[in-house]
Amino acid sequence: MNAVFAQAPNPIVRWEYFIDEWDQIQSALLEHLELTVYAVGLGLIASAGLSAIALRYRWALAPINGFTAFLYTIPSVALFGILVPYFGLSRLTAVLPLAAYTLLILVTNIVAGFNAVSPEVREAADSMGMTPTRKVLQVELPLAMPYIIAGLRVAVVSTVGIVTVAAIIGQGGLGRLILDGLRRAFWTPMTIGAVLSILLALALDGLILGVGRWLTPWAQRARRAP
Amino acid sequence: MASIFTREKGRRRRRVEPSPCLHVFCSCLADDRFRDIAYDVGARLPSLDRTKGTTIGAIAIKLQDVSKQFEGAATPAVTSLDLDIEEGSIVVLIGPSGCGKTTTLRMINRLIEPTSGRIDINGEDVTQRPVAELRREIGYVIQQVGLFPHQTIAANIATVPKMLGWEKQRISDRIEELANLVGLEPSLLDRYPDELSGGQQQRVGVARALAADPPVLLMDEPFGAVDPIVRIRLQDELLELQARVGKTIVLVTHDIDEALKIADRIALLNVGGILEQYSPPDELLAEPANRFVEEFVGEDRSVKRLQLRTVADLPFNRGPVVAATDGAAAARNIMEEYATEWIGVTSDDVFLGWVHADDVQDNVSLESVPRSVPAAQVQPGSTLRNAMQIIMTSHTSTAVIEDEGRFGGIVTLELIRASLEAEPGQ
Repeated sequence: MNAVFAQAPNPIVRWEYFIDEWDQIQSALLEHLELTVYAVGLGLIASAGLSAIALRYRWALAPINGFTAFLYTIPSVALFGILVPYFGLSRLTAVLPLAAYTLLILVTNIVAGFNAVSPEVREAADSMGMTPTRKVLQVELPLAMPYIIAGLRVAVVSTVGIVTVAAIIGQGGLGRLILDGLRRAFWTPMTIGAVLSILLALALDGLILGVGRWLTPWAQRARRAP
Repeated sequence: MASIFTREKGRRRRRVEPSPCLHVFCSCLADDRFRDIAYDVGARLPSLDRTKGTTIGAIAIKLQDVSKQFEGAATPAVTSLDLDIEEGSIVVLIGPSGCGKTTTLRMINRLIEPTSGRIDINGEDVTQRPVAELRREIGYVIQQVGLFPHQTIAANIATVPKMLGWEKQRISDRIEELANLVGLEPSLLDRYPDELSGGQQQRVGVARALAADPPVLLMDEPFGAVDPIVRIRLQDELLELQARVGKTIVLVTHDIDEALKIADRIALLNVGGILEQYSPPDELLAEPANRFVEEFVGEDRSVKRLQLRTVADLPFNRGPVVAATDGAAAARNIMEEYATEWIGVTSDDVFLGWVHADDVQDNVSLESVPRSVPAAQVQPGSTLRNAMQIIMTSHTSTAVIEDEGRFGGIVTLELIRASLEAEPGQ
C-alpha cells in the first residue's frame, strides 16, 4: 500500500482536502493568528518597558540592545526545548520565544522613533507648559509612531513565519499542517500551510500599514510648501 | 475666505508706522565727547525715565543679581545680571556668542534654572510657581519654530488653550482671531507644518505663543532662519502686532540692525553674561557706555541712528515752493530768495513737482510746464536714512509729501545733521 502510494502521482494540492479538512485548516489558521497576536503583543509590551528604560537611562541602551540581540540568536527549536520542562507543551511555551524574537526589532525602532523627535519640538512642548506625561503621549509617541509601525510590521511578518516551528511542541497553527504533510510525505497540507502562512503575513502587514497610515495622516502628506 | 484674505493683504501692505518709542529717543551726538569716558558701573543702568520719554511703566520682569554657572564650565554663563523690563515694552538681548543672552531668556521661563539670584514676573518669584503653570503664561518663540509636525496648524495654535481647558468654541474663535492677527491665510489652518513656508511657520509660531494671551512673550532669534526679505517683513509685522497687543517682549538676536529696529531698550551683554549697557537704541548709538559697546554697534553708528528717526521728527520748513496760481514772477522771486534753480509747484496745496528756472515763463501757466519726474520727495514716515539718500541723489530739493499728496515742506541735509545733535528725549 505504502509503495503504491509512494509511486502514485502526488499533486501539490488535492482540492478535496480543503473540503474534507476544512475544520482543521480553519482552526490552524486561527491558532496561527492567535499565537502571532499574543507573541507580538507581549513583545510590544516588553519592548515598551525596555525602551522606556533605555530612553530614560542612556547607559542602559547598550546592555538592553545586547540582551535582545542575544535572545534573537538563540535557535527557536532550542528555545522551545528549554521552556518545555517549565511550561510543558503549552501555548505559553510557544509564545515566549516568539515574543522574545520581536524584542530586538521593536526596541530598536521604538528608541529610534523617540530619538527622532527633534530637540526644538521637545523644547516647544516644554516651553508651553506640557507636563512630561503629556509630552510623551501627545507629542513624542505620535511622532515616533512611523518608526514603531515599521518595527511592528517586520516583527509581525517574521513572527508569522516562526510560529510554524512551534508545531514541534504541538502548537504552531499552520505549522501543524506543514509538519503533518512532511511526516506523511503528503504535499497538500504542506502547501496549504505554507501558502496560508504567507497570505496571513501579507494580510497582517497590510493591516498594520493601513492602521499606521490612519494614525499618521501628517506623515502621508507630501511636502508641498508653497 | 477670499474676503478675509483680501483684508489681510490690505492690512499688511499698509505702511508700518514704527511705534513712537522707536524714534522719540533723541540724544546728543556723542561722537568723540563720550568716547573716552571710563566705563562706570553706576552708569550701567540709565534711569528709567528715559525709556518712554515721559511715563515710567510698571516693571513686568525683574532680574536681580541673576547668575548661571553651568556644570563643568570654567566661567559663568551669566554673571550677576540685573535687568528691569518694563511692561509692554520690547527689550532685546544682544551680544557676541557666549554672552549668555539665550541662557538669560531661558531662565525667565525656567527652561534653565539660575544658579543664584531672583527673577520676578509681575512681582512674583518665578521659582515659587509650578513650572508648567508658569510657562503657560509665557509665550515662547524659537528660531526653529518647533511646530508639532503631527498636528495641523489649528491644533498647534490650540495647544496651550487646550491645556487650560478652554471650551471648543472659544478655542476655534481664538484660532481664527490669531490667524488674522499674524497674517495667516485661514485655508492654511488645516495644513500640517511641513506644508508651510518658513515665513508662514514663523507666523504660526508667534500665533501659538500668543494663543492664551500671555502677558509675556519670549523670542529666541525668531527671524534668524528666514531670508532677509521675509525677515524685514516679519519684523515690521511684529512691531505692528505689538502696537495692538502690547505684550512685554524679550527678544534675543545677534543682529544689531534688528535690535535697533524693534527694541524699546537694548541690553548689550558681553561674554559671561556681563551687562555692558542697557539703553534705548538711539542712546546706545549716541552714547555708547564703553569701547566694547562702541565696537559692537559698529563704526557707522551715526548712520544707523538715521534709521531710527523719521522725517516727521524734523522741524522741516517750507523751502522754495510756489502755488501755481501765484504766477511766474512770484516763482522767480522765491528762487532768487533761496538761490536755487528748482522750485516746487503746488496746486491747492497738493505738490505737483519740481520745475526748473528755464521753464518758468510769464506766458505759460506753472501747472503746465515740464516737471522733474520722478519728483524728489519723501513721506513723513520715511527714515532719515532714506531721506538722506534721496536728497543726495537728486538735483532738486526734496519735498515732504503728507497724506493725499499735500505738500508739507522741504527736508535738507542740514536739518538731518542738526537733528542728530539734539539732546536725548527731546
